[in-house]
Amino acid sequence: MMQVATVDDLAEVIRSAQGPLRIQGGGTRPVGNPVVGSPLQVGLRGITLYEPGALTLVAQAGTPLAEIDAVLADHAQHLPFEPMDHRALMGTGGEPTLGGMVAANASGPRRLRAGACRDSLIGVQFVDGTGTAIRNGGRVMKNVTGYDLARLMAGSHGTLGVLTEVAFKLLPRPEKVTTLILPGLDAPTAVAAMAAALRTPFEVTGAGWAGGNVMLRIEGFATSVADRAERLAAALARFGRAELAAADPWPALRDVTGFAGREGDVWRLSVAPTDAAQVAGRIEGEVILDWGGGLIWALVPPGTDLRGQLGSIRGHATLVRAAPETRAALGAFHPEPQPVAAIAAGLRARFDPRGILNPGLMA
Amino acid sequence: MITLLARRGRAVISFDQLQRKARLMQMPAPDPAILARKAEIVARLLQILPADAVIHDATETRAYECDALTAYRCPPLAVVLPRTTEEVAAVLRICHDEGVPVVPRGSGTSLAGGALPTADSVILGVSRMNALLEVDYDNRLVRVQAGRTNLSVTDAVAGDGFFYAPDPSSQLACAIAGNIAMNSGGAHCLKYGVTTNNLLGATVVLMDGTVLELGGPYMDAPGLDLLSVICGSEGQLGVVTEATLRILPAPEGARPVLIAFNSSEVAGACVSDIIRAGILPVAIEFMDRPCIRACEDFAKAGYPDCEALLIVEVEGSPAAIDDQLARIAEIARHHDPIELRESRSEDESRRIWLGRKSAFGAMGQINDYMCLDGTIPVTALPHVLRRIEEMSRDFGLQVANVFHAGDGNMHPLILFDANKPGDLERCEAFGAEILRLCVEVGGCLTGEHGVGVEKRDLMTVQFAPQDLEAQARVKDVFDPRWLLNPAKVFPLSLSQGRRAA
Ligand SMILES: Cc1cc2nc3c(=O)[nH]c(=O)nc-3n(C[C@H](O)[C@H](O)[C@H](O)COP(=O)(O)OP(=O)(O)OC[C@H]3O[C@@H](n4cnc5c(N)ncnc54)[C@H](O)[C@@H]3O)c2cc1C
Repeated sequence: MMQVATVDDLAEVIRSAQGPLRIQGGGTRPVGNPVVGSPLQVGLRGITLYEPGALTLVAQAGTPLAEIDAVLADHAQHLPFEPMDHRALMGTGGEPTLGGMVAANASGPRRLRAGACRDSLIGVQFVDGTGTAIRNGGRVMKNVTGYDLARLMAGSHGTLGVLTEVAFKLLPRPEKVTTLILPGLDAPTAVAAMAAALRTPFEVTGAGWAGGNVMLRIEGFATSVADRAERLAAALARFGRAELAAADPWPALRDVTGFAGREGDVWRLSVAPTDAAQVAGRIEGEVILDWGGGLIWALVPPGTDLRGQLGSIRGHATLVRAAPETRAALGAFHPEPQPVAAIAAGLRARFDPRGILNPGLMA
Repeated sequence: MITLLARRGRAVISFDQLQRKARLMQMPAPDPAILARKAEIVARLLQILPADAVIHDATETRAYECDALTAYRCPPLAVVLPRTTEEVAAVLRICHDEGVPVVPRGSGTSLAGGALPTADSVILGVSRMNALLEVDYDNRLVRVQAGRTNLSVTDAVAGDGFFYAPDPSSQLACAIAGNIAMNSGGAHCLKYGVTTNNLLGATVVLMDGTVLELGGPYMDAPGLDLLSVICGSEGQLGVVTEATLRILPAPEGARPVLIAFNSSEVAGACVSDIIRAGILPVAIEFMDRPCIRACEDFAKAGYPDCEALLIVEVEGSPAAIDDQLARIAEIARHHDPIELRESRSEDESRRIWLGRKSAFGAMGQINDYMCLDGTIPVTALPHVLRRIEEMSRDFGLQVANVFHAGDGNMHPLILFDANKPGDLERCEAFGAEILRLCVEVGGCLTGEHGVGVEKRDLMTVQFAPQDLEAQARVKDVFDPRWLLNPAKVFPLSLSQGRRAA
């Protein structure tokens, strides 16, 4: 595997590439249509700048996420979007990197309140398909100077450019986390309970449903967490008696470990939260809900196409885990309406005119 | 840089100077072929819009000759005020066909000249598209036509305990369309983010009339996140006609504390310490002595006479508020404040905010001023304040500072005398220097007002040629003929070849 450790090397490799490249950070998130190309690993590592007093982190794209997390923890800060770790679900090894996380816009349960990876992303440097290094955004959280290409790069899965450096707005890590469990609810009741919880002013930062249990997270300074949790439980009394979770259920929800190592394809559907119950009812398989219902994870028999199940419901379905033939046949990403697809194709053609960066991965 | 706000009693004299400025702002020469075809173009527009939605009389188009950057003016060829997405698409198809540039307009409160017309352009105003289309509390969103004003979005849901977070000070007038185009901010960004963080979907019409539906009632994009590029694109990629916005349940309460210091640097250090301590106030506002004095004279808010003053507001449950205010007070005491005034009631909160809220009006009473909008890393605050003070001496012009300190978005106000020959030019030079300083310390030219025509030519200070080229490519894709608001954001020398093609 080709490994590059500097922006100049990366630019040179791309400029002189004779054919398609398969771009990789830690290789932990093989999401998308199978790509045929020479593997290229982004090995740029290290923290460029960390200013706790400005809630700002800038780091090289190949830096392992674990390394970042440890440094931020020392200052009681974190990346608030709670990036999903795909390894258990996808059965992959390796180390998740910052660049891979941004390329996948990996976001977890706190997306509800704190936004997705793209919301915390404030700057990027990347090398496009012509081998040109480009900067956009910066290191400050309020910046409207020119077009926002940083957020465009988030979730572009290496098809517009190869990320070399990324900058984030950080947030304080909560001092205390409490989880309320409402047990034994079916999907429609669970969705109603989560909507009710998210209407309260108690700042619920996680709302999920798995195995019949609704999970609701309250976090912040210890002094106010217990009080808010108690009042939230009271506000939801009609859904049953809330219990305090003994163990922290959020990493398992974030990483969808419930479907790890099990037979079947895994789909990820994004819908309006209140449509979740109806969609879940149509799926013949197992379902886990996050984001108050806005994110549906489904485990279904191999080869099932869930897109038809959405019917007239607005949203989209991504085939996250399946045999390469199934991904190639169904397409990992949801087909887009023609005018939107035309713009996306136009952007790819301008940023990667030779079509060598993860070609076909998204379309 | 340069938002020129002329002092009231001197408006007439200032106006002459401003007129002179207007001649200085370089805009592309209007296309004589378009000017010559005005009658035909207007006739075509009248075929698809009712008569009251097409303004072409030269005295009436004057109402659209500028936005809130009033120094630069130019009446457009015509103004259209469509009511639906279909009408917008029809207008754009005609203009595309005729090769006429189109300048989208919301409420015209841009401080960067984003909605400034050229003589050969059609202004496409969305002010009549102000319907509230959908309120959905269970999914925590509203859908509106894009001409709806910012404040009226919150007003529509406030009775049910919700709010729309981005709150520019112009929120009574400015439209969601302009907010999306400028990715506008507000006083509460530190906690709730700016427009892009609260935007779920948009209907966007491209220059050739194609309608795109981007995003929707769900929380992420199926493919490339095109919505994120539309937000902040200053009306250059498409015309936004509808938007789906995230709303949030209102907090139980909010209370400010006022902290006064003997030095700006110490106040800056205190801001950093509060953030480092894991507290996330909804607002941290900073005012320096010139600004405090002006506000005192104007609003009599009872502020202490000091070098620098912070207003820090926290929100949440009563217990959470008490706890956070106690933590902030503890941190502030380490910096020897000369006064620490915690609000204990609605009335005290109102008085603490009174001076800050009247800051811009107060400054306008005593001087002509220019308002800048650069952002800096919060940690660079003491250094930047010191440098601005030094430059202020060098240029011989006073500066008053009032800004959102939590997120580093500065609004230095440079005071000048529009009657004094040369003062305006010095003021502009000084403004450009401050913005260069912002970039030099790791910040940017504009934190929330946008580039428009105002900072167009400073873009090369912040971006290398390939960085600007990458942005221009995005416009090439959305608007290959560069007809949509073409003379903004990019230095004219960069856009020239593309506009001509
Ligand atoms: C007193 C005052 C205080 C202000 N305070 C703040 C503040 O606190 N924070 C802040 O961020 N800004 C502030 N502003 C600046 C301004 O209000 C914002 O930029 C606002 O978002 C502009 O909205 P508008 O509807 O007036 O847009 P306009 O001025 O009409 O247009 C602004 C830009 O948006 C484009 N545009 C308009 N409509 C559309 C559309 N339908 N589709 C695509 N593009 C479109 C225009 O072409 C132009 O480039 C302030 C301005 C004033 C005068």
